Amino acid sequence: MLTLDALTLTQDDFSLTADFVVPSGARVAVIGPSGAGKSTLLSAIAGFFAPTSGRVLWNGTDLTAQPPGARPLSILFQDQNLFPHLTVAQNLGLGLKPNLRLTAADHAAVQTALTRTGLAGLGARKPGQLSGGQQSRVALARTLLRARPLLLLDEPFAALGPALKAEMLALVAGLAAEQGTTVLMVSHDPADARAFAPLSILVAEGRAHPPQPTAALLDSPPPALAAYLGS
Amino acid sequence: MAHRAVALNAGRVAALAATLLAVLVLGTLAAVALRAGGLGGLNADDWSAVRFTALQAAVSATLSVALAIPAARALNRRRFAGRGAMITILGAPFLLPVIVAVMGIQAIFGRAGVLNDLLAGLGLARWSIYGPQGVILAHVFFNLPLATRMLLHGWQAIPSERFRLAQSLGFSPADTQRHLEWPMLRARLPGAWLAIFLVCLTSFAVALTLGGGPRATTIELAIYQAFRFDFDLARAASLALVQVALCLVALALTAWVALPSGFGAGLDRGGHLPPAGAWLRRQDAAVIGLTLAFLLAPLLAVLLRGVPGLAALPAQVWHAAARSLLVALASTGLVLALVLPLVLAPPRRWIGLAATLPLIASPLVLGTGLYLVLRPLGLAPASLALPVTVLVNAALALPFAFRTLLPAARTLHADYDRLAVSLSLGGLARLRLLTLPRLARPLGFSAGLAAALSMGDLGVITLFTDHENATLPLVLYQLLGAYRMNDAAAAATLLMGLSFALFWALDRAGAHADP
Repeated sequence: MLTLDALTLTQDDFSLTADFVVPSGARVAVIGPSGAGKSTLLSAIAGFFAPTSGRVLWNGTDLTAQPPGARPLSILFQDQNLFPHLTVAQNLGLGLKPNLRLTAADHAAVQTALTRTGLAGLGARKPGQLSGGQQSRVALARTLLRARPLLLLDEPFAALGPALKAEMLALVAGLAAEQGTTVLMVSHDPADARAFAPLSILVAEGRAHPPQPTAALLDSPPPALAAYLGS
Repeated sequence: MAHRAVALNAGRVAALAATLLAVLVLGTLAAVALRAGGLGGLNADDWSAVRFTALQAAVSATLSVALAIPAARALNRRRFAGRGAMITILGAPFLLPVIVAVMGIQAIFGRAGVLNDLLAGLGLARWSIYGPQGVILAHVFFNLPLATRMLLHGWQAIPSERFRLAQSLGFSPADTQRHLEWPMLRARLPGAWLAIFLVCLTSFAVALTLGGGPRATTIELAIYQAFRFDFDLARAASLALVQVALCLVALALTAWVALPSGFGAGLDRGGHLPPAGAWLRRQDAAVIGLTLAFLLAPLLAVLLRGVPGLAALPAQVWHAAARSLLVALASTGLVLALVLPLVLAPPRRWIGLAATLPLIASPLVLGTGLYLVLRPLGLAPASLALPVTVLVNAALALPFAFRTLLPAARTLHADYDRLAVSLSLGGLARLRLLTLPRLARPLGFSAGLAAALSMGDLGVITLFTDHENATLPLVLYQLLGAYRMNDAAAAATLLMGLSFALFWALDRAGAHADP
């Protein structure tokens, strides 16, 4: 259970508040106009953006003082999710041991994760030798190995075509359901949100609203969201 | 936060490196200032050295830049076989040991050189290379290529669409000059001039070999003479203070003028057609041919005389070569150890200042200061020669390495810091898995530069050494002084080969390690 307790984020003249709970195992879309603070909200949860006030808790444990890598979560950014100079297998290995001193069991786990994400046999390649969809799968495979209970997606699939993006979201949904992972996904596409996330957090006008059913929100959007959606 | 703790650690290591640099530079300067007997101790010759230093630097910079304009323009608008190689060769004088270049220049322009034979053949008076004209000629030899690359960079920065537009509008060469080239030159010339002025301000080896006497002594040379011949430490220290003041003034000027980089000029950007006209083509060909001959003839002269003698070089020269290699590698290691923390730490103003600090001191100033600091320890000066050389060479190469590495380190941080932090990739694992592989190319380049500069350096070592632990450039200087010209040419060939080989090997190693 992710709790945002009276969280306030400020940067220059931008400010965002959030005060709600996301239930464990939920798949939640984060939607709202550009510049409303969707990415900032995810950055704060991941530990890259220090809140002005308030706390971030996971199952009652305060994360606010923890460094990003120690938090019970994985995050995928819009780009630069892989180190281009390391092989696919090494990139995955970082999810297990950041110093890459891997045991035989670790190597086996890397191979399993590759197979699970449809990348079997590609471990020795460099990311640059893979297609965009395959690169996304590598990043996902690494979150699989990290096995953290919370997954934050800051539009990592934005550069993929519609069919590939749908395929990746289906893969995420399958893996998340299997491991009981809570997923927060920033989305610009209402169709993605409907297909992937039963719940949505609306970020607009300085506030991140509590999760609410996606379909109802998109069917009768409040004015700020309606203007953004163009409906 | 650990993420902050990591940054804090990097900051702490950077602070340590910056402190070491500050102690080295400011500490020696303080020693110099304390010892200096005030400016009243300077005699008329010293003041004429001060005047000559500023004057020759100004003339050298002006000539280099003026000659570089036609050369860069011709290189920019012509495409010919070997053009890429020529641009590479323009980078070579930066790595060339000064003493080798001086030998080559003597072979062409010296008393018994090719030029004087030609003049004598025409019944004209022979020309002497010793004096201000020789010092300036050598400085132009070193800096004309640098200036050409800086200006070529400027020409290439003009979008080729502009030249296409100019051609479609039927611009004459004069129109192109007025509307496209002069605005670029106005922006670039001051920086190029100042960069060369700064280099010539601390000229020592050229003045030592081609200058001297009341008419052609630089401050650096005057420090050496006060130190070594008169053993007048107070006067040496006073001169050092004047040198620092001059460098400070020149550096202050750079705050207003951006110094361009002579490196990384591309080769073939822009597909515009060269301007038509047979006369213009002949003019460009002549400019390119003369520039190339001016640069290559001295080196060829050294090689032709030196290569046959390589096998017969006395053991003393080989020992000196080994000593020089060790000095170069040690000083390169020191540069990298100091510069890495500085470029990896979170950006702070004091870091940039610390990395620029060595520019205010010249080799002989640092050498004088270090001697003053170390003398009370009671060590023999000769035993300090090599360690002091390592230290001074490292300090002087550091600003170059810093400027080379900083942009790459910034990009690395912007691109991958978040990912590394989100995966808890920190400390030595981060250095091994992320930082060193991603910075391999600029690291190799910086290391190659530092090693080659140190290999060819004939500066501070002259203050300290006896004949026991001389470096290769010093042995070469001694061979020249003894008129053993064949051995000198062979030693110069060896020195030039080792300097280029060091740069090439380290630069290649970096490029090879770049994934």
